[in-house]
Amino acid sequence: MSIRKQAMTRRQLLSKSAMFGASFAIGSGFVAGQATAANWAVEVEHLKPETMATLIQLARDIYPHDQVSDEYYAVAVKGYDSADAAEGIEVGIAELNEAAKGIGFANYIDVGWERDRVDLLRGMEDSAFFQQIRGGLVTGLYNQKAIWPIFGYEGESFSKGGYIDRGFDDINWL
Amino acid sequence: MSAPFDMNDDNVVVIIGTGAGGGVLANELAQKGVSVVALEAGGRYMPEDYINDEWDSFGQLAWTDPRTTSGDWRVAKDFSGLPAWIVKAVGGTTTHWAGASLRFQDHEWKPRTTYGDIEGANLLDWPIDPREMDDYYTKAEDKLGVTRTGGRAGLPGSNNYKVFEKGAKALGYEEVHTGRMAINSADNDDRLACQQTGFCFQGCKWGAKWSSAYTDIPRGEATGNLEVRDRCHVMRIEHNEQGKVTSVVYVDADGNQQEQRARVVCVAGNSIESPRLLLNSASSMFPDGLANSSGQVGRNYMRHVTGSVYAVFDQPVRMWRGTTMAGIIQDEAKNDPSRGFVGGYELETLSLGLPFMAAFLDPGAWGREFTTALDHYENMAGMWIVGEDMPQETNRITLNPDVTDQHGLAVADVHFDDHPNDVAMRNHAYKQGIAVYEAVGATRVFPTPPYPSTHNLGTNRMSEDPRDGVVNRHGQTHDISNLFVSDGSQFTSGAAENPTLTIVALAIRQADFIAAELSKNTL
Repeated sequence: MSIRKQAMTRRQLLSKSAMFGASFAIGSGFVAGQATAANWAVEVEHLKPETMATLIQLARDIYPHDQVSDEYYAVAVKGYDSADAAEGIEVGIAELNEAAKGIGFANYIDVGWERDRVDLLRGMEDSAFFQQIRGGLVTGLYNQKAIWPIFGYEGESFSKGGYIDRGFDDINWL
Repeated sequence: MSAPFDMNDDNVVVIIGTGAGGGVLANELAQKGVSVVALEAGGRYMPEDYINDEWDSFGQLAWTDPRTTSGDWRVAKDFSGLPAWIVKAVGGTTTHWAGASLRFQDHEWKPRTTYGDIEGANLLDWPIDPREMDDYYTKAEDKLGVTRTGGRAGLPGSNNYKVFEKGAKALGYEEVHTGRMAINSADNDDRLACQQTGFCFQGCKWGAKWSSAYTDIPRGEATGNLEVRDRCHVMRIEHNEQGKVTSVVYVDADGNQQEQRARVVCVAGNSIESPRLLLNSASSMFPDGLANSSGQVGRNYMRHVTGSVYAVFDQPVRMWRGTTMAGIIQDEAKNDPSRGFVGGYELETLSLGLPFMAAFLDPGAWGREFTTALDHYENMAGMWIVGEDMPQETNRITLNPDVTDQHGLAVADVHFDDHPNDVAMRNHAYKQGIAVYEAVGATRVFPTPPYPSTHNLGTNRMSEDPRDGVVNRHGQTHDISNLFVSDGSQFTSGAAENPTLTIVALAIRQADFIAAELSKNTL
């Protein structure tokens, strides 16, 4: 069982999990990375686990960076798992799943190709729900210091004395 | 009498705002022995407080009180509640500014004469001769320690500059250098030399960049003639039956309403807050707001023709390393109507960190077209466009009766429509900026839309004739002799240059005038 799960893609895993209940969850109320090698997990209190899983996929489809792992997207949307936000998110994700059904899939996560999911999103990009998620990601994703090195960005430099002796003018290919 | 001053002391000059205009004016007057109370809406932050982090710094320094927007400018769509990226702190936007310190070109003081009658534009010549400004510009450059002036060396070129320079030279541009910057290239005036840290927009933690927060303000305070009250938000200016201003009503740091009497009031809250305050000070004698007999208070709002060009290369640039704006191409700053527009523009190096690049590269964009750009952030170079925009009467600050701030005051609505000349200039600048980078082998280019305005100008403009503007050649309001405007809102036109040096030069000049009038007892 665990070997078979390992061989699945994350999306397949989450999709199956949604169908078969919470088998992808670590205990109840968790959404994890690869179940057998989970090095991250996000606990949900107010959202359904499958809703959180869909949110993570949605976040990646909005700002896809193949070199950035799911855990950062999970952190970016974790804030929606709150008493205030959860209801609206459940409604928004339910609408997203309905849209997926309209093109013949069980739900959003079941849509296999990114281009098909993006087509669905293009049809709803002016909605308040989409703009809420997209707008939140601008800071929720890109202001995570942990992802900056993935993009080469070095962040704070004052404590290191700036770049005066650390390559402010080291370009060598011009 | 020396600071602190009594609320009933009616001998003080009250200055509202402590940035490039108010902060400099406060110090200049204090040095001349004039008693000054400066009221600052924001808190006091020093270099040790500044944060090398874009969003954290924004939270610390930016003016985020509610404002609204309207008009066809893209900022109204992308950042509807944030028309301007300016600062609420002692020192105002001199904490945030990049340091570019350029004199106006002579013809830019006379835009109506030079450009003629441009349809839809409300052009007017400044009531100042450029030669009157020469000495004040020199004083301002010396105060700010501007590089490449007064014998001061230029800054060294960063990676971002080197890409920019090579492309510019390949295109045949000749006026290309690391800028005239109020950032020390060597220790100067008790401030350190630039350490190439980046984060110029977040407040210089070395103090290498000039800011009134740690130069003019403390020097003024050291005279005993200047009292700065921070976290004091001015609500309105009061006047007497003779139509002279008499006091300023404000909310202090503890939320209590206070009233400071005044001999003279100088408004320096920037081109959004200054007209808002004059409009919010309307009375039965001045039903349209103070100093507004011309109807021009709040009108002719200018924000420069701006935009950015970013480009991705096949190898790293690491544009965030080093001084943010130390690089300029000035060849396009001239007035050459054969390009299809009047006025000119500067191209200046610029970089944003990853968090702000995500927010500003193409606001609202999503999907792989957007994210593949950020994937190559390390290989990006960037420049900013700053050019002269056309003053238009309908581009204006008004009070929004439907929205109030935390003090219950009507907020400013910022309305802006691009003039066709603005659009033509921006498109030309995009084309040239793209050509600069393609000449160095850019694999992808991004003509990036304007950010929330940092250059806010013109909403209490200077005019010879009181019917055409709000203040005279000294920044003194035409209607009320002891009420002055001391910030960029007095600009009659925007010119192509970053405005701070001119705001500082005008503040030094205004201090001379006010001190002389006070000694003559004419104020």
